[in-house]
Amino acid sequence: MDLRLRRKLTNIVALFLSMLAVAFGLFWLFWILIDVFKLGVNAIQLSLFTQMTPPPGSEGGLLNAIVGSLVQVGLATLIGTPFGVLAGVYLAEYGGHTWLGKTTLFINDILLSAPSIVVGLFVYAVYVAQVGHFSAFAGVLALALLVIPVVIRTTENMLVLVPDSLREAVFALGTPKWKVITRVTLRASMAGIVTGILLAVARVSGETAPLLFTALSNQFWTLDLDKPMATLPVTIFKFAMSPFADWQRMAWAGVFLITLGVLGLNILARILFRQKH
Amino acid sequence: MADSRTKPNSNLGANLGANLGEWIFHNVTRLFALLTLLLLAGIIASLVYGALPSLAKFGPSFLWSSGWNPPMEEFGGLVPIYGTLVTSLIALAIAVPVSFGIALFLTELSPAWLRRPLGVAIELLAGIPSIVYGMWGLLVFAPLFGQYIQPFLAATLGRIPFLGQLFQGAPMGIGLLSAGVILSIMIIPFIASVMRDVFEVTPAILKESAYAVGATTWEVVWNVVLPFTRVGVIGGIMLGLGRALGETMAVTFVIGNSDQLDTSSLFAAGNSIASALANEFTEAVSPMHTSALIELGLVLFLITFTVLVFSKLLLMQLARQQGKKT
Amino acid sequence: MPGLSKSELRMTDTTLQEPPATALSPQITFRDFNFYYGKYHALKNVNLDIYRTHVTAFIGPSGCGKSTLLRTMNRMYDLYPDQRAVGELRLDGMDILDKSVDINHLRARVGMVFQKPTPFPMSIYDNIAFGINLQERLSRSDMDDRVEWALKKAALWDEVKAILNQSGMSLSGGQQQRLCIARGIAVKPEVLLLDEPTSALDPISTMRIEELIAELKEEFTIVIVTHNMQQAARISDYTAYMYLGELVEFGVTDQIFIKPQKKQTEDYITGRFG
Repeated sequence: MDLRLRRKLTNIVALFLSMLAVAFGLFWLFWILIDVFKLGVNAIQLSLFTQMTPPPGSEGGLLNAIVGSLVQVGLATLIGTPFGVLAGVYLAEYGGHTWLGKTTLFINDILLSAPSIVVGLFVYAVYVAQVGHFSAFAGVLALALLVIPVVIRTTENMLVLVPDSLREAVFALGTPKWKVITRVTLRASMAGIVTGILLAVARVSGETAPLLFTALSNQFWTLDLDKPMATLPVTIFKFAMSPFADWQRMAWAGVFLITLGVLGLNILARILFRQKH
Repeated sequence: MADSRTKPNSNLGANLGANLGEWIFHNVTRLFALLTLLLLAGIIASLVYGALPSLAKFGPSFLWSSGWNPPMEEFGGLVPIYGTLVTSLIALAIAVPVSFGIALFLTELSPAWLRRPLGVAIELLAGIPSIVYGMWGLLVFAPLFGQYIQPFLAATLGRIPFLGQLFQGAPMGIGLLSAGVILSIMIIPFIASVMRDVFEVTPAILKESAYAVGATTWEVVWNVVLPFTRVGVIGGIMLGLGRALGETMAVTFVIGNSDQLDTSSLFAAGNSIASALANEFTEAVSPMHTSALIELGLVLFLITFTVLVFSKLLLMQLARQQGKKT
Repeated sequence: MPGLSKSELRMTDTTLQEPPATALSPQITFRDFNFYYGKYHALKNVNLDIYRTHVTAFIGPSGCGKSTLLRTMNRMYDLYPDQRAVGELRLDGMDILDKSVDINHLRARVGMVFQKPTPFPMSIYDNIAFGINLQERLSRSDMDDRVEWALKKAALWDEVKAILNQSGMSLSGGQQQRLCIARGIAVKPEVLLLDEPTSALDPISTMRIEELIAELKEEFTIVIVTHNMQQAARISDYTAYMYLGELVEFGVTDQIFIKPQKKQTEDYITGRFG
């Protein structure tokens, strides 16, 4: 009898603690989101989107940082996507069982969660240090290197999900393998791959660390890839760490925009993926 | 690659073209797979090369000497290495039990209507950029932490012999402990969603058989689900640890960025490898300073590399186990 | 569906056969029992007695509700929020469906073995000890005795006595299933529910389990769901034939198989349908 009571109590306490854990986790996360939205919305004004980042104490906006982020993330996606898709095709369709395939898949998963600041260091060492100056192009390279593993992973995953019966049906018509892949299997898994690309874009949009030693930042407007270029995350970092209230306010606005963008991309990716599956 | 199964009526030219196309496509994809492999080798090689001057000058003692004096060109990595490890361990100490509780709730307790939205919310939160956590930590969390929580910890845990040393000193809000707490908030969604995923692979019939001998929910999870998924759970924790070790932004804002550390208190400001890099790298003037920072980066990469390889191997083992059973 | 008239399919009130003279007393009783998966009406007005220390077999085509009926007796369906039972279900007079029933205690009284062997991820010894530890605190030597007793009852002792510390997963399929039976009887339940216990096993292992069931019925009330009609005929004392969520016919096994009352049952048993 005593034993039964004790088991019951243990169960109740454990389950209560489990609910407490959920409450604890959600408490922080909601607190953060509410602050970001509250302080962010307050700091949003039209000038953010029309003016350049200001020196301390004067009025300004985030235009150059927003555009800089769009340019660099966009180019990184353009470079990283074909690279990732091709490598993913190899892993799923050709070399999945070879030594090269298995090793690459393994290494890719390591790269997927490697510290992004180390990727920044790598680009600094092989590119920035060689040309002798920071540049937006270096930032693009660093971000592309972060896009690649995500795209490889999802491409490989999605292609493996394509049923073999579909492949066989196309082969049965006498189609060469590369046409089977490009015309049928890749198309069949398009929604999944696009989802992966969106998630990759979401991930790199918020990346700060790999840009610190590559694109650096720039107070002024530029679209020259050979010059340092501002991005939203690096600008937020600079502004939030500063003692100036108006800079901090703009940092909140920036964080709000990034959070909105990243959550939006994530939700879009989910909707897209769900529709297709 | 000459393929000789030409059928009598086939157009030889078209066949050759198809084979050539196949050869090109196959090898282009292989090239990119190979490049991915080389990327890892390239990262390690470039970091080693960049760290050579520092490696030559300080040798292995770099790992345990604590002097960090750029003007004198004296560099030892102990403080940031210590900070990296300590903040990650604090993060794990908080995040692992909480994530376990969340995963338990999601797989065993949650009413069906709540399961999906809660699961999706957790996955979405895992996608929030770390700079958001960092900035919120600095501007909102740290002041409150210093004002209320730290004095409370000092008055309670701080009185325990030995252990109490960890909770002494001025409550500044920022420091190793704050960085660990912010990191834990950041990695909870990661670990919780991996744990939930591995809990879900436990076959329903196995859980039912445990319930069938009269086990309570807790007993089923603790005695059957957890041992069954042990490998995956550890893999998930290691994955979270990998995140925490390499995280830059969530830490840099709140760790205090101090290169000196002469107290064992977790309230003290410190530094992590990633935040040392973020703060000092572009301002490093002497080549030796740069090289020492790159060596720190190398150390960080090797630590996370080890942790990630380990976690990956464990998760693969779970998948293999899974495959065998079906 | 040849040989089945619509009126027979629609029949809802199930006429129970006279309980045979040998039956002592019903241990589990279903009265006007209904079961729902969400809105789907899976069991309809079931009235049934399960007799003490006998083997009762549930037969019927897939999806007829025989596993569902089995899983109500230890309230396994409680794990799934959209499943519910309505009506009367009693174990020795105790209302099983009552919310205040200690469900863990109920499951200790009503054990269960599943289609597939489900050894827990622990040693052979701990697999048996697990359930016992939940119910009572035994000294080490008492526990050793109990584990040995259960394994002997399940006819597994000789094969595993030297390897009690090995993982339960290292055994063969047939051995794993006998381990699960040993685990089920180790807590000394009154009723043992077997849900197609041999469907994943080879013929030799199946034979051993069937022999085991014949021995176990001396002490336990056994309810078995099976797809295999020969098996039902071989091992059970009573048979219930179910179709589309209804209990079509229930009676002494020999009677059901030799001279079924309903044409539907006969068609199924003779293989004309199902």
